[in-house]
Amino acid sequence: MYVIRLEVFLQTLISGLLLGGLYGLIGLGMTLIMGVMKIINLAHGELMMVAMYIAYWLFVLFHIDPYLSVFIAAPLLFILGVAIQKYLVNPVLKVESILPENQVILTVGIGMVLANLATIFFTSDYRSTPVSYATNAFYLSDFWKDSPIELSLSVPWAVSFVFAVVITIILWFFLSKTDTGKSIRATAQDLDAAILMGVNVKRMRVVTFGLGSALVGTAGCLLIPIYYLYPSLGGQFTLIAFVITILGGLGSTVGAILGGLILGVFESMTSTYLSMGWAPVGRFVIFVACLMFLPGGVASLLRKKRVGK
Amino acid sequence: MKRFLPLFALALCSVLPVVGLNSYAMHIAILVIMWATIGMAWNLLGGYCGQVSFGHAAYFGVGAYTAGIFYSKLGLSPWWGIPASIAVVLLFSFLLGFVVLRLRGPFFALATLASGEVMRVTAENLDGFTGGSLGIMIQERTWVGKTWYYYIILLIAAVTFFLVRKLMQSKLGYYFLAIREDQDAAESLGINTTLYKTIALCLSGILTGIAGAFYTNYMGYIDPNVVFALHDISIIAIMIVMVGGAATYWGPFVGALIMVLLAEIIRSVPGLGAAHQTLFGILLIVIIIFLPNGIVGDSKKLKRLFGFQRASS
Repeated sequence: MYVIRLEVFLQTLISGLLLGGLYGLIGLGMTLIMGVMKIINLAHGELMMVAMYIAYWLFVLFHIDPYLSVFIAAPLLFILGVAIQKYLVNPVLKVESILPENQVILTVGIGMVLANLATIFFTSDYRSTPVSYATNAFYLSDFWKDSPIELSLSVPWAVSFVFAVVITIILWFFLSKTDTGKSIRATAQDLDAAILMGVNVKRMRVVTFGLGSALVGTAGCLLIPIYYLYPSLGGQFTLIAFVITILGGLGSTVGAILGGLILGVFESMTSTYLSMGWAPVGRFVIFVACLMFLPGGVASLLRKKRVGK
Repeated sequence: MKRFLPLFALALCSVLPVVGLNSYAMHIAILVIMWATIGMAWNLLGGYCGQVSFGHAAYFGVGAYTAGIFYSKLGLSPWWGIPASIAVVLLFSFLLGFVVLRLRGPFFALATLASGEVMRVTAENLDGFTGGSLGIMIQERTWVGKTWYYYIILLIAAVTFFLVRKLMQSKLGYYFLAIREDQDAAESLGINTTLYKTIALCLSGILTGIAGAFYTNYMGYIDPNVVFALHDISIIAIMIVMVGGAATYWGPFVGALIMVLLAEIIRSVPGLGAAHQTLFGILLIVIIIFLPNGIVGDSKKLKRLFGFQRASS
């Protein structure tokens, strides 16, 4: 009895961590955009949906593996993000109005258009890419013959997780080692100081929006072999991305990943021990609790520890 | 002249059913006035107090479900839901405001957005109490014709209009504006911002909840995906105010008229119905970029654009 319980618990933990890796990638795009632009992008999930449809059609029409379509979808999403920033968000930043949240409402409008266009063109059917390795899995008993418990690790989930980790590391190097990356971080930290230091803030904003879109596009491509796809899936992922961003701490790369992992494990636990339907309520509780008790997110805890030493 | 404009409009609206409109036109008129009420409620919190809420569906739905549960669980007439929803939504928005009003700007927007979604999920999952996804059906309708429904919603809208106007001319209204313009400055002047934001949220919630309770009575059927809908309730409430004009008395009416008529036109053109969210989204983007203060708020700009006021300005 206890063995089975332990097995279920460990299995839930593993799938939570794997899901969390992908969540981290979704959250990274959001945290970048929020850190630099100081606006929330409520079309984030819809951008991911667009990337998933790109990956889907590439698979159906040209039989390109979803993992390879990352290299096609991410650049396309980058261009889309740049276009949105240049032609829609920037004009709104200049407009004087009573309500300060105009840009947020604007991104809602963009999200509505994207989701509805997807419904018109691709119908609201649920779709998935039937890759050949979808049901493959590693089993613990394959490696350790007489282990008392049996755990499994799905191949596509594991591959997606590894991809997410690699991309995160690349992003970290990009942000901390290259000139463009440093300029992006400077813009996020202090806009005026960045301008005085000769950073082309306008270009950085455009690049950041593109980069954020490309990241969430990548997450979409990694998600499609293990998830299904329908036009209105964006909204729920926008909320997830936001919860991760708050949980991790605004603008913090490491925080976004940790936030993603925490949320992934949490959701996996809720669906095992409670019911799948309550997951959104749990997310909201985490979100509000985090804003009230830990406004700096996980990143602030990390920072405190470093200072303490 | 301008002082009596609301009374004129009210008189004009109240003779509308006597003219002998058909049932479809009455339905549109009821929808316009109901949405104008929701728009005014949103405007009180969003336009005047500056707290942009993406979750007014939560209050609308709670009001609607109060009426529905009165009928399905207590066996009372759903009309009792209108007075009852005042108490229920007051409690609900007070508790919610306790949490979300600590947040500012985009965080507030997101917390409210999430609150609407959470209410939808809760209503879906508590199927013993709310009927779950099946919703609640009101079996016996009070009236077959629409005239009385029209007068009731007109009364609600008129009360809302005069309440909002009275409020905005009082000290409270100036507090709201001060909070919108600069919350820190307002606080340093000795305004208890949390208290006044809570008042604005509760009032706005109650007015939306009353509209929700009316909706249950009028439509006779509610389910979580209809009354807690993000795009069909929360976003439309924002759009009505954005299109009509934030922080204006007449904006919500203009916005509601345009949005409801637009929705009906789109629905009636074959092949266009599926695209209604695209068109709404594009309208929203265009309004934000070119008329950020809405039709009423930017009326001077519009007049100049069409060449009316060139001589005077």
